[in-house]
Amino acid sequence: MYEGAVQDLIDELGRLPGVGPKSAQRIAFHLLSADPTDVRRLVDALIEVKARVRFCDICGNVTQEDQCRICRDPRRSATVICVVEEPKDVVAVERTREFRGRYHVLGGAINPIAGVGPDDLRIKELLTRLASGEVTEVILATDPNVEGEATSTYLARMLVPLGLTVSRLASGLPVGGDLEYADEVTLGRAFEGRRRINA
Amino acid sequence: MSLYRDEGIVLRTQKLGEADRIVTLLTHTHGKVRAVGKGVRRTSSRFGARLEPFMVVDLQLHAGRSLDIVTQVETIHAFARPICQDYAMYTAGTAMLETAERLVEAEGEPAPAQFRLLVSAVRALAEGAHSPSLVLNSYLLRALSIAGWAPSFTDCARCGAPGPHRSFAVAQGGAVCGVCRQPGATSPAQETFALLAALLSGEWGTADASDERHRREADGLVAAFLQFHLERQLRSLRLVERV
Repeated sequence: MYEGAVQDLIDELGRLPGVGPKSAQRIAFHLLSADPTDVRRLVDALIEVKARVRFCDICGNVTQEDQCRICRDPRRSATVICVVEEPKDVVAVERTREFRGRYHVLGGAINPIAGVGPDDLRIKELLTRLASGEVTEVILATDPNVEGEATSTYLARMLVPLGLTVSRLASGLPVGGDLEYADEVTLGRAFEGRRRINA
Repeated sequence: MSLYRDEGIVLRTQKLGEADRIVTLLTHTHGKVRAVGKGVRRTSSRFGARLEPFMVVDLQLHAGRSLDIVTQVETIHAFARPICQDYAMYTAGTAMLETAERLVEAEGEPAPAQFRLLVSAVRALAEGAHSPSLVLNSYLLRALSIAGWAPSFTDCARCGAPGPHRSFAVAQGGAVCGVCRQPGATSPAQETFALLAALLSGEWGTADASDERHRREADGLVAAFLQFHLERQLRSLRLVERV
């Protein structure tokens, strides 16, 4: 145990995800010996993130304005919406540079055992967005696990009757891998979603 | 017993750290087991797909101090896919998994009967031969019976007087005769009693032919009975889609 402020800092750092007691101690002593301006910058960044970051009024992504950068961008297609679970997923899809539409962040997936039902997600907001009639296609990009699949099933059942084009992200083999190492569930899905090649 | 092998069904998964998951399984010979699946959230994981809820797997585990570690997994039955494609099945299925997790309270205590019942119930659900909520109710009644809380739907649950009776009391264990009946007992329809008895004994002909109204009444009675014995709310039960 250290005295006062040092121990407080170690305790606080230790509450961060992935930081154990030893790492917390290491970071604390690093900060103690660091240049005061560097520490000030870190403090400012922490305060700033809590004070200014909020969720986009339209899509639910993290932003500092009323609306996020993607929702404000007039060059992005307003007819396609990609539905994801978390803001982290928006960044993952953006990295592909394949998608030029807009997003909708649900804020999780339906997980009854954890007590998360459809009403706890931003599904009502999605339906409100669709009501304007501008959107013609919805891409369901929830995680390819049980909860994500079930969420997609739930959304598809609601969206298909609205006359929209609804698609689900494909599941299959990771690029750069060997077929023999694929597990049977993934390989089975890859077979199910195989594509016809037009020569 | 540092390394052991068993068959199990995945009950739930929780995120752990960067890319790991804590997987709760109901196994055949080791009862409830909580184990860590290392790196299973990465897309490159070789067994992430097999450690999902509803999957029945053959697995090898390394016994740890608090949590075991999954070292190998093979799929026996992949029930996750059909269940996820039907929302009513999914919600009924999660209620089954949560019930099994609650009924088998202690970790490491064998519960082979509960394991076999859960696997057959999940199979019946995935095959879709019966309405998901009927499969769920049938599972709940039988799982409670194995746990020692078998309800009675014909003879009086208190004195054994041959039925049928008109009253149903959750706290007294099911149907009760006019003498044993205590205040607070409900009087469901005779058809509901018949449906509940059919669900408990597995007479699917009677259950499938039942009326919507009686199914709803049975839903309520089974839910009340379950929560009375589990002594707490089942989170997933409120989200079950009744069709």
